[in-house]
Amino acid sequence: MSKAPEMAGAGHGTRSYPPRPEAVYFYGTCLVDMFVPEAGMDAITLLEREGVRVIFPDNQTCCGQPAYTSGFPDEARQVVESQLDLFPGDYPIVVPSGSCGGMIRWNWEKVVASDPALKARAAAIAERTFEFAEFLVHVLDFKRPDQGPAVTVALHTSCSARREMGTLLVGRELLARLDNVTLAIHDHESECCGFGGTFSLKHPDVSTAMVSDKVASLKATGACQMVTADCGCMLNITRRAAREDLDAGRTTPSLPGEHLATFLLQRTGGSETTRKEDAR
Amino acid sequence: MSAQANTTGKDAGQPIAFVSAQALRARMHDAVNDPHLRTSFRGAMDFLMAKRAAQFPDADELDSLRSLSESIRQYSLSKLPDLLEQLEANLTRNGVQVHWAETPEEANAIMLGIAQRHQAKLIVKGKSMVSEEIEFNHAMETAGVGALESDMGEYIVQLAGEKPSHIIMPAIHQTKQQIAKLFAEHIPGVDYTDNVDALIQIGRRVLREKFEVADIGLSGVNFAVAETGTLCLVENEGNGRMCTTVPKVHIAITGIEKVVEKLEHVAPLFSILTRSATGQAVSTYFNMISGPRRGEDKDGPEEVHLVLLDNGRSQAYADEQLRKTLQCIRCGACMNHCPVYTRIGGHAYGTTYPGPIGKIVSPHMMGLEQTHLLPTASSLCGACGEVCPVKIPIPELLIRLRGEANSEPHAKPAMRGQGAGHSTLVSFVWRMWARVHARPGSYRAFSWLATRFRAFTPTRQGGWTAARTPLQPAPRRLRDMVKDRR
Amino acid sequence: MSARDRILAKLRGARPAEPLPRPDPAPHYAARARNESKAEALTRFRAAIEGFHADVHVTTEADWPALLARLCADKGVGTLLFGAQTPAGRRLEPATFAGTTLRPWAGQVEDIKADLFHRVDAGFTQTRGAIAETGSLILWSSADEPRTLSLVPPIHFALLDAAHIHPTFYDALVSENWAAGLPTNALLISGPSKTADIQQTLAYGAHGPKELIVLVINAEGDLQ
Repeated sequence: MSKAPEMAGAGHGTRSYPPRPEAVYFYGTCLVDMFVPEAGMDAITLLEREGVRVIFPDNQTCCGQPAYTSGFPDEARQVVESQLDLFPGDYPIVVPSGSCGGMIRWNWEKVVASDPALKARAAAIAERTFEFAEFLVHVLDFKRPDQGPAVTVALHTSCSARREMGTLLVGRELLARLDNVTLAIHDHESECCGFGGTFSLKHPDVSTAMVSDKVASLKATGACQMVTADCGCMLNITRRAAREDLDAGRTTPSLPGEHLATFLLQRTGGSETTRKEDAR
Repeated sequence: MSAQANTTGKDAGQPIAFVSAQALRARMHDAVNDPHLRTSFRGAMDFLMAKRAAQFPDADELDSLRSLSESIRQYSLSKLPDLLEQLEANLTRNGVQVHWAETPEEANAIMLGIAQRHQAKLIVKGKSMVSEEIEFNHAMETAGVGALESDMGEYIVQLAGEKPSHIIMPAIHQTKQQIAKLFAEHIPGVDYTDNVDALIQIGRRVLREKFEVADIGLSGVNFAVAETGTLCLVENEGNGRMCTTVPKVHIAITGIEKVVEKLEHVAPLFSILTRSATGQAVSTYFNMISGPRRGEDKDGPEEVHLVLLDNGRSQAYADEQLRKTLQCIRCGACMNHCPVYTRIGGHAYGTTYPGPIGKIVSPHMMGLEQTHLLPTASSLCGACGEVCPVKIPIPELLIRLRGEANSEPHAKPAMRGQGAGHSTLVSFVWRMWARVHARPGSYRAFSWLATRFRAFTPTRQGGWTAARTPLQPAPRRLRDMVKDRR
Repeated sequence: MSARDRILAKLRGARPAEPLPRPDPAPHYAARARNESKAEALTRFRAAIEGFHADVHVTTEADWPALLARLCADKGVGTLLFGAQTPAGRRLEPATFAGTTLRPWAGQVEDIKADLFHRVDAGFTQTRGAIAETGSLILWSSADEPRTLSLVPPIHFALLDAAHIHPTFYDALVSENWAAGLPTNALLISGPSKTADIQQTLAYGAHGPKELIVLVINAEGDLQ
């Protein structure tokens, strides 16, 4: 049977990018804040190492996506309204998760549309919101020598990054810039991992079928690990793989996964401090 | 009985209205655990996706054609009542009799009336999803009129006592071995053969006898052209031409949304339809019918009827956002690219139209009481919206319908079944969620507690832990780590 | 109030105050116009329709009747049904067709239905033109060449003048202003009848003709 073609993505067309800024706002998202803070920390470290000041607005909570996609627009609106004041300066906003980035970029405006003033503010915020990997490639032109050993990794691009943010290729681009990293393209690469927020809770049978297939095709590449720039997908895929390991009595993870920021940081010499120490 | 038959055949032949969409979860469970179904749908969808992709090598051309097709459909809808009247006037001038039906019952009554007036014993049918939507076959058979499907896929499905599992390829769930067995069991004088050419020739022989003797031919309509009074049909097999040409009476049935104003608007829609649907540059036949046999004509039906069906479409039309649902040209690309459809097949949905498009049209046809779970059965991955030839924002509409289902039940609902998915508990949980997340102080307190007391996180987390290891908050939040560093 | 009135009233109550501007497909097609020669159009048409399993024979105005006769003999066509009153029909002479009975369509379809379904081996029609992009023949039914002539017989022979090949369907219907008057039945045919309804396996001869054989009159000579 023929292999499925790769889907194009980039549903919203291309956008223009600002010059390298002095500072950025880092919008960590609730998932990163509470469940994978290391990924957020590594992303911040990478940005700072590139000479960009990172501002972390302390009043950030959540982009409102869970309520919005679950069909609770009022609840989403309340949360979004509480977030519109977080970015007073004219700096870009960097989001380390594709789906949260997509929410801000396309849906904040819709969620508060009944109030024209709020709508305008949401639109202005959307305009300067960038997904982390997209920002590294298109704004910072991230290029650091690869210091790690030769490895083969698989990349999962979230549906939001692919279709909402139109950043299908940036993850690949970043990995391609690492000399010792080979990217293995998995079967049905463009297909959803089956997370979908409350979908995974409401329809566990189908969600499980989807994530099991995703895990199987990622493993089939023979890659030593998976990287992704979306924490929702990452948790879905790695926790499914972990469960399979548990059920099979395996003690070493068969499909470790990392956020792209963590992977990039490790490959390019860790944080600024460790790099300096290495140099000594 | 195989697992396949369990998931698909339980309600075999029963009108879809009797299949509860509430049982969606159970059917999904059966479907994903049926390895045969999983393999066959995965293979078929991969095949169709690859064929579609091959039809659009030029991304700019695809983009331009999609935009054009979207604008034609939106334009047509913006003038829908006028265009329907213009269509009616021009069809009438051409000698076609136009009927209007608000409900499936009305549509069936109109068509049964025509059949009885002609003392029809046999109606031979070209492929028509609207006829499936209104349970036409069941209605005719109840009244003692035979209704025989003649599209090969539909014929197979009818022989098996099933419903189509795909709007373009109705028998996509059946293997050739199953079809071979079906033919050998049901068609007199036929021995088992799983040679596809031989099977098609058996179908051809059986159905040709029926085309010759049928009293009435029934068809759907792909596009109805208002300015010329023309009904356009897209097909490969020739059965559509047979049904609309050979019997003395032709009845076409379609939804009220299928009208376009200009004949020139049909060209781009036809092109993007076949390329998106089956990955064909063009279908074998494109049949433009502008009236019954007239003047010196030597063949063609003596009577042509068009039944225009509402069945919930005017409800979708009433809302600017939901109206986009009616842009659909029924290509099926959304289901071909849907990771959920690929895993459960068409029957699990329990609706005439499966897949992503089915989730957004069925609530209008059947009401949210029966269908409110359908819009939740999507990961919102966006593949459907990406391939839709007329750019229907399917994920956005799914979210909207989730909201309509969740809302407080209304005394005078704007949508049938609005609030049917309402749960006091779930609504309360989301209200609390919003309270926490809309107040940064509350969120900080909540997240601090959740991380510090992570050991108390429940290890059974509903659907999540059905197949995954549990989630546990990190020991420290990102905001704590950021503070520490500074 | 009738169902009609209720439906229309609901739609009128909800439709936008102003209709959207009418889309014009012309720029989409103009931007992709090929400005191809007749020979190039024929080449493109031929490749496309052959891809759909049709046979194409390029011939001349003088030679096509003899070619048709030879093809009928090759295919073992016992009876060829055709419209005797068309310009092409008038060119067919029994003397040329050894072994094939030429049967002019006579009367209403009811008069010949049994023969049409059971005894006619092939139908012959003219065409109005063709479409290069998709390899489609354009047929407009007429009293002389009824709809079933190209549908029921197992073989369909179609005569096409290469001068009438349009680049696209859109070009054909706009340049000839079809909207000003369509026949009872206008048709695009792109190959013999087919289906892929059993396991996505392509099979020809589903309900219509099993073979489509196109005779192309090319004034510029045989391109083969």
